[in-house]
Amino acid sequence: MTATLLRTAAGLAALVVSVAVAVTIGPADIGVDEVWSALASHLAGDVSGLTPIRDGIVWNLRLPRTLLAAVCGAGLALCGTVMQSLLRNPLADPFVLGVSSGASTGAVVVVVLGVGGGALSLSAGAFAGAVCSFALMLLLSRTLGDSADRVVLSGVAAMQLFSALTSFIVVTSADAETTRGVLFWLLGSLSGAGWADVWLCLAVLALTLTVCLGYAGTLDAFAFGQDAAATLGVDVSRTRLILLCATALLTAALVSAAGAIGFVGLVLPHAARALVGPGHRRLLPVTALGGAVFLVWIDTLARTALEPQEIPVGVVTSLIGVPVFVLVLHRTRRTHR
Amino acid sequence: MTLSTDRVSRTADGRLILDGVSLAPLPGAMTGLLGPNGSGKSTLLRLLAGVLAPSHGVVTLDGRPLDGLRRRDIARRVAVVEQQADTLVELSVADVVRLGRIPHRRAWHPPTRADEEAVTAALERTGLRDHASQLWSTLSGGERQRVQIARALAQEPRELLLDEPTNHLDIQHQLDLLNLVAELAVTSVVALHDLNLAAMFCDRIVMLQRGRVIAAGTPRQVLTEDRIADVYGVQVAVTEPGEDGRPHIRVLGTPARRR
Repeated sequence: MTATLLRTAAGLAALVVSVAVAVTIGPADIGVDEVWSALASHLAGDVSGLTPIRDGIVWNLRLPRTLLAAVCGAGLALCGTVMQSLLRNPLADPFVLGVSSGASTGAVVVVVLGVGGGALSLSAGAFAGAVCSFALMLLLSRTLGDSADRVVLSGVAAMQLFSALTSFIVVTSADAETTRGVLFWLLGSLSGAGWADVWLCLAVLALTLTVCLGYAGTLDAFAFGQDAAATLGVDVSRTRLILLCATALLTAALVSAAGAIGFVGLVLPHAARALVGPGHRRLLPVTALGGAVFLVWIDTLARTALEPQEIPVGVVTSLIGVPVFVLVLHRTRRTHR
Repeated sequence: MTLSTDRVSRTADGRLILDGVSLAPLPGAMTGLLGPNGSGKSTLLRLLAGVLAPSHGVVTLDGRPLDGLRRRDIARRVAVVEQQADTLVELSVADVVRLGRIPHRRAWHPPTRADEEAVTAALERTGLRDHASQLWSTLSGGERQRVQIARALAQEPRELLLDEPTNHLDIQHQLDLLNLVAELAVTSVVALHDLNLAAMFCDRIVMLQRGRVIAAGTPRQVLTEDRIADVYGVQVAVTEPGEDGRPHIRVLGTPARRR
């Protein structure tokens, strides 16, 4: 118990330090003390001692972006962990339910086809698309038989369908410039982050994390399959429905705000499991904190490495994450008899 | 009162798998389910566990229908050991045994002292105390079954259901495992293939054939030469029970088949 608290406190401290330092990094040279004074004055409702431009860089650009990176990292890693355990599939990730493909279709419907006539934002379109594809996947899995494998296959079917729709719309209707913009968003980008995105995603993250922590023991029960879980007192259908809906909602919110950032949800859970073991009471907070710290640094790298050009964050997650992942797995490798 | 079935039937894909089976295990005793492959043993155990619902008839726990009880409440009473449980998750022996506490734990709450005590007691009872930190993936088949029984004991059940728990085990591990189960102070229902093991360990035997109960009683009453020839299609010689009152079955062979 105390070990869990200590670990969580240490993780939170690492996250706060990461955010504070990451905000100071960038073309405009800003120190930690300036970040602190901007933060303190905004929270207190005062005017900060900084020039409006420097204050704006901290408060309106870098801080919301860094926080959104943290929230996205935490959320995607959390969703990945829950999916992998619930579906007993080490390759499951937050996008396995087809949510991200639905979001991209929704986004291109708004951006390329102009549906909504400017009243709908890309995020709103993406969210609507994500909900549609999740609903389709749920319907399919119910019709095809309610087992973990059928859920994964239904998700794959929904994903393929919506990817094809996205490609179809882009190829037939978009000009080169729009295509490039859409592609950039599809690979994941935190560049448009604003405070509205941060608060919305943070609220959904808090809700989903609370629900998942309540189901921590139940998730352990799925280790030996759904029949074994049932004999351990788990209402399998109900648990699966609640956790699928909660994680799909969170994924939809994150994808709408920042695009489909890959790798984090697939691999962070494995790295966290290698570090603290498979018990979900420990694993869920550690994965969420690990994902948050990881994405804060990845995004800092993505926006500064090739300045002034920005690399899509989804590209950097894989370029940096794969070697780190291999290293973690290698160092924690257990000897089998 | 314990876990029992009243004229339960189960159809799957239009095929009748269980046909009006009534089972009333003797409280505190070990009941063996015998019968050839496909006779409905596993299905009957799954109905008793509440994992499958009967198409007709009712399964009751202390006289109350199982489908009216919460899954969690059933799991606090009835523990199940499957034929061959396996997982890809890197769990230690203690981790697996802790799973047995899930029906006793509350959401958002850390494990209690009672949870840890039940886990320690279960490890102790099954002789696994020194193996608590060993990984599941490194265990042999016999050790795995023992761990699953420890997990079931951590549930603190009063009814224990085992589906062919001795499959794939060598003879020594088969005897060890059934000895362990027989000594437990629970009502157990065990599906078995080996007639001699059933005769040695079970207090009562229920024999199934094509989804129906064709005999029930003590090993001596159920395991007769004629009945085994009828149900399994093999010729056996049943020796008279010795002091322990348990018969011994010697397999003579299958009757010559018509060509």
